[in-house]
Amino acid sequence: MRKRLTAVVALAAMVGLTACGGGDSAGSDGPVSLRMTTWSANEAHLKLFNEIAAEYRSSHPNVAEIKFDPIPFESYTTTLTTQIAGGNPPDLAWVLENAAPDFVSSGALLPLDETLRKTDGYAFDELAPAATKLWQSDGKLYGYPFSTSPFGIFVNTDLVKASGAKSPAELIAADSWTWENAVATASAVNSRTGKAGLVVRDFDYKGWDNLSTIWTGWGAQAWSADGKTCGFNAAEMVDAMTFLHRAIFTAKALPGPGTAADFFAGEAGMTITQISRASLLEKQKFGWDLVPLPAGPKGDYSVIGQGGMGVLKKGKHADVAADFLAFLTNPANSAKLAQFFPPPRTPLLTAATLAKTNPLLKPEQLQSVVIDGIANGVVKPNHTGQAELSQAVRSALDPMWKADADVRAVLDGVCSAINPLLAK
Amino acid sequence: MPVLTDDVAGRADPRPAPGGTTAPRRRGWWTSRRRDQVAGLLFVTPQLVGTLLFVLLPLGLVVWYSLHEWNVLADTFDFVGTDNYRELVDDPKLPGVLRTTLFFSVGLVVFNLALALLLAVLLNQRLRGTVVFRTLFFSPVVVSLVAWTIVWGFLLQDNGGVNGVAGAVGLDGPNWLRGEWTALLSVIVVQVVKNVGLNMVLFLAALQGVPAELYEAARVEGASRWTQFRRITVPLISPTILLTSIITVVGALQVFAQIAVLTQGGPGTSTTVLVYYLYQQAFQFHQFGYGSTLSVLLFLIVLTLTIVQWRMRRKWVFHEQ
Repeated sequence: MRKRLTAVVALAAMVGLTACGGGDSAGSDGPVSLRMTTWSANEAHLKLFNEIAAEYRSSHPNVAEIKFDPIPFESYTTTLTTQIAGGNPPDLAWVLENAAPDFVSSGALLPLDETLRKTDGYAFDELAPAATKLWQSDGKLYGYPFSTSPFGIFVNTDLVKASGAKSPAELIAADSWTWENAVATASAVNSRTGKAGLVVRDFDYKGWDNLSTIWTGWGAQAWSADGKTCGFNAAEMVDAMTFLHRAIFTAKALPGPGTAADFFAGEAGMTITQISRASLLEKQKFGWDLVPLPAGPKGDYSVIGQGGMGVLKKGKHADVAADFLAFLTNPANSAKLAQFFPPPRTPLLTAATLAKTNPLLKPEQLQSVVIDGIANGVVKPNHTGQAELSQAVRSALDPMWKADADVRAVLDGVCSAINPLLAK
Repeated sequence: MPVLTDDVAGRADPRPAPGGTTAPRRRGWWTSRRRDQVAGLLFVTPQLVGTLLFVLLPLGLVVWYSLHEWNVLADTFDFVGTDNYRELVDDPKLPGVLRTTLFFSVGLVVFNLALALLLAVLLNQRLRGTVVFRTLFFSPVVVSLVAWTIVWGFLLQDNGGVNGVAGAVGLDGPNWLRGEWTALLSVIVVQVVKNVGLNMVLFLAALQGVPAELYEAARVEGASRWTQFRRITVPLISPTILLTSIITVVGALQVFAQIAVLTQGGPGTSTTVLVYYLYQQAFQFHQFGYGSTLSVLLFLIVLTLTIVQWRMRRKWVFHEQ
């Protein structure tokens, strides 16, 4: 009896293991099926990607299918990593700028230089060095920065008008578009309309890296360029955070912790976000404007967020995937993608070119926010081991979000929390 | 192994045995006893295979992973022996995490069982409308956990429904999910309200099994309601108290979705319980080896608590004496 039981168990285990391993045995000779993970489920985005994929497949009969697999933005990197750990990596993946150092330095991605350079008509040298910097390691490119999207401020002109405060457009015309004035306007919107003044989108008192869109105006940074020294308790950061703390708790210019307000639903006067969100405004009934970030004490500045596309080395068809990436990002297709994602190719970065594919934005908005932004932009904070660092900063910053917080002490606490991680 | 079908039935039945062949009874190897054994085995095989593949195999693998440094991105998987366990002992964050887990679990178990028993006793009365209330208290059990938590997330915002109600009666509610203790309390309450109905139904069933004549006799003896509850009800439903407490303790130690949705372990680390911490280590910080080590720790804690509760049943569970 016992022997037979053992045999049944062993058989069952074998059946199970064979079933688990079945997916890996697909050879590279037959028709290839590619999968790319994205964090956008936007129908227009997917439609464009599918069109480009169909065009590629018509000239590459060996590729049977190219699937775009949207994963929710909030859990994107975690889900992607879990898929890799589970032996089910996608062939291509979008990578967020905060995960870029980990993906680029770990060897998870395939170097792309060779494939891209040898592709006919690719014009590799058109890629702006400012855009590719984050995606390089040892002189090799591991990700194509398909989206280099500067942060700007979207304004609900109806709400600002109702508040009686000076609009950002008027302040820009008067050459006084500064953080002090921006907060004054936001504060007026809150006190006179009851709606939120200024929302730092995706911050919600957790996504602190989005605050770099403010503190960069003070010349502050989360850590030094070499990533070894904590910048949170530097004088610039203390000033910037003190300003922010007052704006939240004294001027009530930003909604406080635990208060939700969505600009795109008409619940806020202004929001700091990337221009790629302009598509959310298509069906809005309120009047709106897009302006650059206000000047800080250190003058004008801009901050950019990036998204890259890479080929997973562990994917089953890495070479085919790299070839498709070269097609997807060639000059012609880059021009198509530019309607959603500011491209890294310099010839495409003109107000006239971008205006053709961004009908919602005026040429001067594209020039001031996008083109100037990409040229001078500081990329949002990124570091190897970003997830752990980000978590440490988030929990050390939490005591800041109270009306009676001691800003300097909290920022000292942030540095004590992350110094061991920066030293790794 | 008990014989599942009796021999008489087997002999009287001329139809083919399972497997399609006519049973050659009492001849050679294929006896009816063996046939029954094989049938029994085939019946339990699906469950056995499921348990093996989805419980025992992963359990073994987690122990194996905990002995490795596994970097998913760099695709390295190096044997490091007990290094992860040494890191566990030296981890400066772990004591805080365990303390939070303890507060959370104790709070949840006490609150859940007390409320479930109270509701069950109240709803066990022969009063008009009890069926409606039973349904009402049980309905959150069948609601999707994440949907439930997201709705509570909105209610617990500073300008949300809970503070709206508090404001209507002149109270100034705190910013629930942003204060260290109020955040922990919020997660406990959200979880208790979600699951209290299940324990309530179990208690109700147990209460209805207590013979009425015992209460009658006690009343004749002049026992108060409280004495009746303490001396009759509690001892007689003690097997159910054991069952619900084991289920609730194990459930409390495994709580994850509520924390992921409501607080992400914050503010600070005030709601970072062990499961959430191991999720962070493995899936956010890509340290699958250390994450697995934390899973082994969680497994040992749950196992120990269950064994302790099981052993203690002889002391306080009525039917075990």
